[in-house]
Amino acid sequence: MTRAFTLIRRRLVGSIFVLLLVVIGRFLLLEAAPGDAVDAYIVSTGGDAGMIELLRHRWGLDQSELTRLANYLWALLHLDLGQSVTFSRPIRDVILERLPTTLVLMGSATALSFGLGSALGIYAGARPGSFRDRFLSIGSLALYAVPGFWLGLVLIVVFAVDLRWLPIGGIETIASAKTGFSRASDIATHLVLPVSALGFIYLALYLRMMRAGMAEAWRQDFVLAARARGLSRRRIVLAHVARNALLPLVTMLGLQSAQMLGGSVVIESVFAVPGLGRLAQEAVAGRDTPLLLGIILVSAVLVVVINLLVDLAYAFLDPRVGAGEARA
Amino acid sequence: MSRLRRFFGTPEAIAGAAILALLIVMALAAPLLFPGDPQAIAGPALLPPFQDWSLPLGTDRLGRDVLAELFHGARTSLAVGLAAAAAALLIGAVVGTLAGFAGGLIDEVLMRITDAFQTVPSFLLALAFVSIVGPSLGVVVAAIALGAWTGPARVARAEVLSIRERDYVAGARVIGMHPLEIAFHEVLPNALPPVLALSSVIVAAAILTEAALSFLGLGDPNRVTWGGMIAEGRTVLRTAPFLSVVPGIALVLTVLGVYLAGEGVVESTAVRRSLS
Repeated sequence: MTRAFTLIRRRLVGSIFVLLLVVIGRFLLLEAAPGDAVDAYIVSTGGDAGMIELLRHRWGLDQSELTRLANYLWALLHLDLGQSVTFSRPIRDVILERLPTTLVLMGSATALSFGLGSALGIYAGARPGSFRDRFLSIGSLALYAVPGFWLGLVLIVVFAVDLRWLPIGGIETIASAKTGFSRASDIATHLVLPVSALGFIYLALYLRMMRAGMAEAWRQDFVLAARARGLSRRRIVLAHVARNALLPLVTMLGLQSAQMLGGSVVIESVFAVPGLGRLAQEAVAGRDTPLLLGIILVSAVLVVVINLLVDLAYAFLDPRVGAGEARA
Repeated sequence: MSRLRRFFGTPEAIAGAAILALLIVMALAAPLLFPGDPQAIAGPALLPPFQDWSLPLGTDRLGRDVLAELFHGARTSLAVGLAAAAAALLIGAVVGTLAGFAGGLIDEVLMRITDAFQTVPSFLLALAFVSIVGPSLGVVVAAIALGAWTGPARVARAEVLSIRERDYVAGARVIGMHPLEIAFHEVLPNALPPVLALSSVIVAAAILTEAALSFLGLGDPNRVTWGGMIAEGRTVLRTAPFLSVVPGIALVLTVLGVYLAGEGVVESTAVRRSLS
C-alpha cells in the first residue's frame, strides 16, 4: 500500500506544476485574444463608454497584467473560473453540468475501443503473419484513417436515416418524462452511435499495439519454455503472450484520454450530445473565450486525474513499478 | 537503389505511394483542370453525381462543382498537413535537442512544458488558438503544430541523451566547439532518423485535425477544404448524402496513403519506431 501512496505523492507534485503551467498558458492566451470580457459583454447588451469603464473596473480588468494573473490564480484556488458571457452564468456551473455526459461517452467509448481492440489484437497476434493477422492489420489502419466526425455522419445516414433503428442525435427523447430504467435505456439508445463513432477510431490503436506486443513476446524465452513444458497453444497465447503484451496498452489508455477528449468535441457536435465537447463548440460559436479556456483547463485536470488512475492500475498490475521508489 | 526496391517490396507500400502520387497530381493539376474559383456557382444546385458529364460528381447545395472542390481541397489538405508536420518536427527536434543536450534545469523546465502541452487535448488547443487568432491557413497550420510537437520532442530528447555520450561529441568539446554548435551541428542531425520516422503519423494526424477544424467552421473561409465540404453536405444529409460521403472517402484514402507509405519507409530503412 505504501507503494501506491508514494506513487500518488510523486505524481501529484509533478501534476500540480504541469497544471500551473497550463493555467499560465491559458492566461496568456486570454490576454492575446482581441477584446476582453467587457467587450464581449457590451456586444450582446450594448452600453456607453461610462458603462464600459465601470465594468472594466468592477471586473478588475483595468489593473496591471501581473495583478490580474494573481487575481486569476486566487479565484482559481476558490474553484472560480469566472463568468460565461454566452450563458450569463458561472463557467464552473456550466461545465459541471455538461461534464457527466462527456464522462459517460468517453468511458463507454474507451471500454469499447480497449475491449474490442485488445480482443482483436489477441486474435491477430495469436498467429503473427497469418492471413487474419494481415487482414486485421490493414483493416485497423484503414479504420484509423477515418475521421471520427465523418464516421459519425455515415453511421447517422445508415442507422438513423435509412434503417431508422436508432435516434439521430441528442442524449434523450425530449419531454418524454421517462424516469428510472426506461430513461437510462433511452439514454443508452441515444449513445450507441456516438460511442461507436468515437470508440471505433481508437480501437485500431489498441489492436495494433496488442498485435505488435504479442509479435514481440512470441520471440521471448519464456514462450519457448512454456512450449517445452507442453502447455496448450491457447494457454500460451492467453496466459503468457497476451498477458505480457497487455501492460503497454494500459499506459496507452492514459495517454489516449487527451486525444479522446479532443475527439469528443467533434463527435458531440455531430450527434448534438450536450457534453463538454459540444460546449466547447458553442463557446467558439459565441466567441466566449473565457468559457473555452475554462473547458481546456478542466480537460487538463481530467487528463491528469485519468493518468494518475492509470498509473495506479499499472502499479497494481505490475509489482515492479514503483517498488524501487518506495524503498528509496 | 536497393533501399528503393525494399520500399516497393510490400503491396501496402506500393498502394500508399500510388495514393500519395495521385493526390499530389490532383493538388498540382487543380488550377490547370479547374481554373477559376472552385467556390463559384457552376450549375444547378444539388445535381446528383454521374448525371451531367461536364459536372461528373454533381453539384452541392449552392450549385458548386463537387469535383473541382475535391481537387482544390486536396491542395489545402496536403499543404496544411505537410506544413504543420514540418513545423511540429522542427519545433520538436529543437526543443528535444536543447533539453537532452543541456540537461539539468533547462531539461527539467522544457520537459515540464512538454508535459503541460501533452496534458491539454491538442484538438481543444487548436480550437482555442484558431478561434482566438482568427481562421486563416497559417493560423490553422500553427494551431495544429502547437499540439503535435511534443511527440517528436520526446523522441529527440531520448535519442540525444544517448548520442551526447559518444566519442565524437567529446571530441567536439575538446576542440573547443561552442555547446550550441555541437548540439545543432553534431548531435541534432544524428538524432533525426527516429524523429523523422514519426512524420507519417504526424502528417496523417495533421490532415485529420485540419478536416475536423474546418468541419466545425474554423478553416480558412477563402479556401475549399474537405472538412468544410462535409460540413456543407451535412445540412442536406437526408436528401444528398453523397455530398458528405465523397470528400470523406477522399480524406480516408489520403490518410491511409500517408500511413501505408510511412510504414513502407520505416520498414525499408529499418528504423525502429519508438512510441512517444
